[in-house]
Amino acid sequence: MTLPLDRLPPARASALAGAYAASVAGARRRGLALLVLLLALVALAGFAAEVRPLTLAENIRNFTAYIAQIVPPLTLSNLGGDLAAWYWGLPKWLALLGETLLMAYLGTLFGGLAAFALCFAAASNLVASRAVRFGTRRLLEICRTVPEVVFALIFVIAFGLGPMVGVLALAIHTAGALGKLFAEVVENIDMKPVEGLTATGASWVETVRFAVMPQVLSNFASYGLLRFEINVRGAGVMGFVGAGGIGQEFLVAIRNFYYSDVSAILLLIILTVIGIDLATERLRHHLLGREAAR
Amino acid sequence: MSRDALPRSAPQRSALRRAALADLAGLRARHPQVFSVPLRRRLLVAGVVAGLAGLALVAMVRLDFSLLRILTGLHRLGEFAVLMLPPSPEGQGLVFLKALAETLAIAFLGTLTAALLALPVALLAARNVMPNVFLRFTVKRGFDVIRAVDVLIWALIWINVVGLGPFAGALAIACSDFGAFGKLFSEAIEAADRRPQEGVTAAGGSPLHRVRFGLLPGVLPVLASQVLYFFESNTRSATIIGIVGAGGIGQYLTELIRVLEMQQVAFLVLMILVTVAGIDWVSGRLRRAIIGAPA
Repeated sequence: MTLPLDRLPPARASALAGAYAASVAGARRRGLALLVLLLALVALAGFAAEVRPLTLAENIRNFTAYIAQIVPPLTLSNLGGDLAAWYWGLPKWLALLGETLLMAYLGTLFGGLAAFALCFAAASNLVASRAVRFGTRRLLEICRTVPEVVFALIFVIAFGLGPMVGVLALAIHTAGALGKLFAEVVENIDMKPVEGLTATGASWVETVRFAVMPQVLSNFASYGLLRFEINVRGAGVMGFVGAGGIGQEFLVAIRNFYYSDVSAILLLIILTVIGIDLATERLRHHLLGREAAR
Repeated sequence: MSRDALPRSAPQRSALRRAALADLAGLRARHPQVFSVPLRRRLLVAGVVAGLAGLALVAMVRLDFSLLRILTGLHRLGEFAVLMLPPSPEGQGLVFLKALAETLAIAFLGTLTAALLALPVALLAARNVMPNVFLRFTVKRGFDVIRAVDVLIWALIWINVVGLGPFAGALAIACSDFGAFGKLFSEAIEAADRRPQEGVTAAGGSPLHRVRFGLLPGVLPVLASQVLYFFESNTRSATIIGIVGAGGIGQYLTELIRVLEMQQVAFLVLMILVTVAGIDWVSGRLRRAIIGAPA
């Protein structure tokens, strides 16, 4: 397929190569400087994070050995029995997994409702008062910057152990994260319906209800589903601090070296997360597809 | 936009509103479709709302929600809030700063490692680079599996390998981000413009030339902006990784919360807020510079 191209005369070729080198010299210099800066930062960070490549190289066997250890002894001759032994705690684990999913659901729902209540106050096209917007935005920012596990740690002491704490922690974090996204959606709406309602003298609440909400609801639902998926992952580790879900069981298994339990629970978590992932993705495409078709 | 935001309503002044309200019956008769929502749609909405609420109710019963516990808990939270004031390091300022630096280092190294490792693998998962369906599918599912494991779980696994400390944390972040980057990168690569690549191929370039000169210059800015975004969110993740003993500020946070040293807790939380806001600002500027620059 190659076309017979004529080679350039050497003088012409070197002139072109020189011109090319001159034109990219600046970009190259900048790239080099950036690389040096990056390497310096890596060295600094490596020092601060106590990176020990030698330890890693020495112990990387441990990683593979660990993986090998948690793989359950399954034999073909006794597959049913081995599977039953591996998943000896299946009813208990499934119940905990269900609890985890319910935690994620409630956390997303409550957080989503709070975000819904707050997002209109943070949108610059609906609220003229700078103070209200500033206050709402800072509140949302605090809710989403403090990690949910930190909220859970504090709530466990205040409310006592249990899944309710996990739900509250997830809800607060979700409110912050979704509130920001919702507000951005609201700021990108078509303002013509809003102007129309304002012209008829509708109140602020009526304007939001009839001019804004029809435009944003499907986007809100899509972001909510995305957050649900993230929260399933988050709810899975809430048990690490005693806030319910399957995390507690997993932590016990990993700390006490119950190797086959570790792999069994880990596999359950992975399958659940991937399942939820696929399901919400389909639902989201459905929601957004309807929006696009309108 | 903010200048001409909605005026706080003026119902009395609007003549249009008065006219419309006076002629409400006429309007109803002339535009029936605006006033009546089809029954099917109404049932659908009611069904969805009832389903969501019902599930929430079931969940609240299953998870032992109790109003009494919430009220006593809120009361105690109020006490904590009072105890938090004023936030103060109580002589541990330097220790906290060192832990914060460790946290940043964990986030930085983890993100960078993940990005460097994910780029070549993401090429294998992109439709326009890798024609082999089977390999592509395997790599993509591999990313999904890695992504499904939370960063705290990765930290627990790595602690078994390299021992307690921030190194395990950096490895954990690198692992969980590897999955996320792999997915995002391969999607960005699939969305890349085909024309430069066709140009390189037409000029006689090899497939490697095509990727290097036709593909990468176009997608690198997008990828860099995603990496910066993840660095931000990883700073947040790195603050909690200490809870399982993988270094950073989370260690102190856990301990201090457990012993109710609320003033120091408040100080730490403030430190985290300020740091994240700072990184937010810097990476936002960098992102705009990268995206805005002609690629």
